[in-house]
Amino acid sequence: MTLTAAPDTGERKARKSSPGAPRTRRSGRLRRISLPYLLLLPALLLELLVHLVPMVIGIAVSFKELTQFYIRDWTTAPWAGLDNYSLAVDFDAPVGEALLNSFITTCLFTVLSVGLCWLLGAAAAIFMQESFRGRGFLRTLFLVPYALPVYAAVITWAFMFQRDNGLINHVVHDQLGLTDSPPFWLIGDNSFVALLVVSVWKGWPFAFLIIMAGLQNIPREIYEAAALDGAGVWQQVRRITLPSLRPVNQVLVLVLFLWTFNDFNTPFVLFGEAAPEAADLISLHIYQSSFQTWNFGTGSAMSVLLLLFLLVVTGVYLLLTSRGRKASDA
Amino acid sequence: MPSQSRRQARSPMAAPQSFLWSRRIFLTLLAGFVLLPVYVMISSSLKPLEDVSGKFQWIPTGLTVRPYFDIWETVPLADYFMNSLIVAGAATVCSVTIAVFAAYAVSRYTFRGKRVFTVTVLSTQMFPGILFLLPLFLIYVNIGNVTGIALFGSRAGLILTYLTFSLPFSIWMLIGYFDSVPRDLDEAAKVDGCGPLGALFRVIVPAAVPGIVAVAVYAFMTAWGEVLFASVMTNDTTRTLAVGLQGYSTQNDVYWNQIMAASLVVSLPVVAGFLLLQRYLVTGLTAGAVK
Repeated sequence: MTLTAAPDTGERKARKSSPGAPRTRRSGRLRRISLPYLLLLPALLLELLVHLVPMVIGIAVSFKELTQFYIRDWTTAPWAGLDNYSLAVDFDAPVGEALLNSFITTCLFTVLSVGLCWLLGAAAAIFMQESFRGRGFLRTLFLVPYALPVYAAVITWAFMFQRDNGLINHVVHDQLGLTDSPPFWLIGDNSFVALLVVSVWKGWPFAFLIIMAGLQNIPREIYEAAALDGAGVWQQVRRITLPSLRPVNQVLVLVLFLWTFNDFNTPFVLFGEAAPEAADLISLHIYQSSFQTWNFGTGSAMSVLLLLFLLVVTGVYLLLTSRGRKASDA
Repeated sequence: MPSQSRRQARSPMAAPQSFLWSRRIFLTLLAGFVLLPVYVMISSSLKPLEDVSGKFQWIPTGLTVRPYFDIWETVPLADYFMNSLIVAGAATVCSVTIAVFAAYAVSRYTFRGKRVFTVTVLSTQMFPGILFLLPLFLIYVNIGNVTGIALFGSRAGLILTYLTFSLPFSIWMLIGYFDSVPRDLDEAAKVDGCGPLGALFRVIVPAAVPGIVAVAVYAFMTAWGEVLFASVMTNDTTRTLAVGLQGYSTQNDVYWNQIMAASLVVSLPVVAGFLLLQRYLVTGLTAGAVK
């Protein structure tokens, strides 16, 4: 690779059309090399300040005994070696046990939520691929959960899930008579279901949006050819639409996975500072164990473990899906 | 068989009844699911407090607009509103400007480290917010102690944080948009004597307005809806809506009708903006994300 930062294409063309002034071209060369870096500088600096430097500090803090006494100057906190980590992964002790419980809950929640979001998004996008009356209106309507601010939407769901004055119990208990007494939704085991419903409601429009965009890239001619060969609509969906969506799905599922796994806002607004055990998602769990005990060292160790897990999963996922794609191309 | 309309994307064959009925049933149920909370929000915001404290009623009996006046009294909602507006507005403007420059560099130049840059910036999206919440909190507190610049608890700190949240995705989307603007256009502008920045602002930016609008909407929504950092990084005077809305629950009473009214009021700016501009966002995603 050369160092010259020439514009990708068109450079030669531009040279041909302006034959004069070789000197300005040479002196402009240095400027041209540094120009892209100058343009990137603000973005780079900010990403460094808010994401990368904190991450490095977070890793350092995870090896320290950082309690509230050292917050004013975290560098003076005593080193703790691997103590924070051994505390976090000691699954027989309360701290480790709670973390493991939260991790398993989060995994189960993420698989279910991502699966349902994809299913609803894909079904809606495929059903709406062909135009019909009211399609534009429906599409706008379906994007409402995505557009609503998280706290406004989730707080409404929290109201609906109230035991005594919520809509859900009014339907389930009063109108349908499915339960003997109105159940709690935001405490106890039911809270997992409540969280899942809210998460799917909020998350599926994004899958819908992306899949809809992906569908627009499938050439019409393929469908026409299939129709000439006698393939029905259902067959076209199975044989053409779904396979064509593969590359879109690869990215979409990964993004949905990361967002859902890291979701903090939904459980935080739905349950408040402390989530019930059945719906104790990992982000909220770490937040709570850091800011209630003011022990940042252990919280950071948990965060680092979480990051490692996400990196491994992402790496394996990308490896598996790209290999699968190559194999199917061959 | 000719298609009925130009926009019809699929199946020149007439769809069978099974498909049409599945579609009707599925989309109706889905619309119901989507609308349910919206209906609850609107109807409950018009009920008196006794009605939202007792059994839920599908059809409100005593309609009142009182909650819409009370919300401004119960908590300083106007202040929160103003804080959110300043923070989200400033974060959007900065984020879009910075993203335009970065996307221009990536789209129009080859340089060493280009791939590293795009991959690094995008991968910051995958980090859990909780991972850098604690260190960022420490950094802001320490910067404040050392230099006297109050980032912790201030709007500036929140703006700085939020603008980096939307930055990666904005850059990514704008690269796609800029790539779709023909290079001949900015080459021609350069031949006519425009510098690289002239070409950017006179040719590329005007041609990519839909993409820039989409990115701005996205950045604004991100900042307007964020909860985690807002709950840690703000104090009484800089509190944003995301945290302020919790003020309607007191020890004794939860003013659900006011919560619903306030939720509706704070949602209106973003929902209206989003629905008006969603067409741009969809094309933006097509250009940027799905390649």
